[in-house]
Amino acid sequence: MGWFKRLKDGIQTATRNKMEAPEGLWYKCKRCKETTTMKELRDNYFKCPSCNYHVRIGSRDYFHLIFDGQYKLMFDELRSVDALNFVDLKPYPERLEAAVKKTGLTDAISVAVGKVARKPLVIAAMDFSFIGGSMGSVVGERIAKAIDYCIEKRIPLMIISKSGGARMMESAYSLMQMAKTSAKLTQLAKAGIPYFSFLTDPTTGGVSASFAMLGDINFAEPEALIGFAGPRVIKETIKKDLPEGFQRSEFVLEHGFLDFIIDRKDLKERVGDLLAMFQSTTKKEKAQSS
Amino acid sequence: MIFLDFEEPLEKLFEQLDKLKEVEEEGIVDVSETIKELEAKINSTRKEIYGNLTGWQRVLLSRHPERPYTLYYINQMCSKFIELHGDRTFSDDKAIVGGIGTMGGQTVVFVGHQKGVNTKMRQYRNFGMANPEGYRKALRLMKLAERFDLPVVTLIDTMGAFPGIEAEERGQAEAIARNMFEMAQLRVPIICVIIGEGASGGAIGIGLGDKVFMLENTWYSVISPESCSSILWRSWDQKELAAEALKLTAPDMLKMGLIDEIINEPLGGAHTAPEEMAKILKRHLKKTITALSAIPKDELIDRRINKYASMGVYEEQQEAVEEKNSKKGTKK
Repeated sequence: MGWFKRLKDGIQTATRNKMEAPEGLWYKCKRCKETTTMKELRDNYFKCPSCNYHVRIGSRDYFHLIFDGQYKLMFDELRSVDALNFVDLKPYPERLEAAVKKTGLTDAISVAVGKVARKPLVIAAMDFSFIGGSMGSVVGERIAKAIDYCIEKRIPLMIISKSGGARMMESAYSLMQMAKTSAKLTQLAKAGIPYFSFLTDPTTGGVSASFAMLGDINFAEPEALIGFAGPRVIKETIKKDLPEGFQRSEFVLEHGFLDFIIDRKDLKERVGDLLAMFQSTTKKEKAQSS
Repeated sequence: MIFLDFEEPLEKLFEQLDKLKEVEEEGIVDVSETIKELEAKINSTRKEIYGNLTGWQRVLLSRHPERPYTLYYINQMCSKFIELHGDRTFSDDKAIVGGIGTMGGQTVVFVGHQKGVNTKMRQYRNFGMANPEGYRKALRLMKLAERFDLPVVTLIDTMGAFPGIEAEERGQAEAIARNMFEMAQLRVPIICVIIGEGASGGAIGIGLGDKVFMLENTWYSVISPESCSSILWRSWDQKELAAEALKLTAPDMLKMGLIDEIINEPLGGAHTAPEEMAKILKRHLKKTITALSAIPKDELIDRRINKYASMGVYEEQQEAVEEKNSKKGTKK
């Protein structure tokens, strides 16, 4: 028998407002097994108050954490379709429907424009809860549209990656999103608009091997899994145990592929600082181009 | 000759043919008529088998141990070829080769995955699975091509980028991403050809180009059918199903508009007539280089980026937009 009793039964939050964090009043840390209240966890930026473990959160949580207040969702009208009639254990349309129902989201990435420290920013944030944050045509197209928007309005772009990789149910279409997003980012770079790539747990496969690694600044949350191949695949291939801390943010920083690691509580301030420091370059370009 | 399982009827016919040829050599009985008949039968059986290949059978063909690899094609197509080594940063990857060659009077920079031709060489080539330095060597050579205004041809044949500890330490993901980023803006024509296996990031890491071709019996997909089966079906046994579901054959890819053209192989597959295959490939490459070279550089890059930007299938739902747009963040 537990020490604590649930006061209210069932899930109280409307699906629309649902956070990716665990439901209920109490949260038990996956790492240190300490129990804390959901309120405490929320007030602590969804980090465990005792061991600072960064709980996986969703796009809306990041929007709330980073934007000054209001933000506007964009390109939410785009929907995945089953172009290949893909059926594995379940048909793809059923998987999509289930994911929409479960998450209240429309796909694995959401794009929003808002302000951070009173400066405009477009954030495209991924949701792992939507089919593993997998990249299909809609993810690629939303990023492409976000890039076009950033170029037109001269607003910096931040992408928050959280994905297992490509969406297999869209087969080669999903593979081509790697090429598509990388190619589109060259247009943003040419326009002189900064792109901040924020890697969170996990960022692997086709997402890490395309836009996630192509930031003007690449930064990550602590201890996030970041890599090309998944640890299980590597273990099976080399038939050896993997070293401690392998493919974690700290490891990736040590090997030179990240600019820095940031605690979630300092995230908003750091993004604001970056925007301020890169602002002059964005403005200068604007003056020249107009 | 090595026969695949589905080629069993052919194998029997070839056995008969060999026997008949022995008899002919003895010169006692005239069997030339029978040989002719048998050869015709082989031809029609081949047409029948190869006219109805399943996705999985194409995968098997693309991995045929006698199939020609990158260096074979380059040496056949070029009057001169100098292999260039190393990424100038870490080492020389053996799974991706490259260099500069003269093909029909035109200097071309080649880059491609290289598989080994025997057990020892397969290991030496790491089974065509490149490490980051392979992708970085490829990029160095493409930059060389750009500096001297030379067209780039990439030949793709890989089961995937190598999933190893060192590969991760040296940034496999970054190497592949960087290549696509740079290839999108490379100011020379890029032609990519899938000559065998085109698996995922390992393939597209040298696969972004103005024209992408697939040889007839190859595959190109986001994942190998084996891995797809193990992830989605949670078993290795559904690879044939996975191969169908992934729509990974050249005709499928053309239908989806993700490649530009299929290059036909000699009947029976590239491995049955490698020299002829190289000739066919060379003809296609020369024609395409000429056409692409005539396009002004800025337009070439615009077209290239627009081509990739248009890839993907999705629909737009209008009514949901308003509901979502009215929902704004409220947290202070």
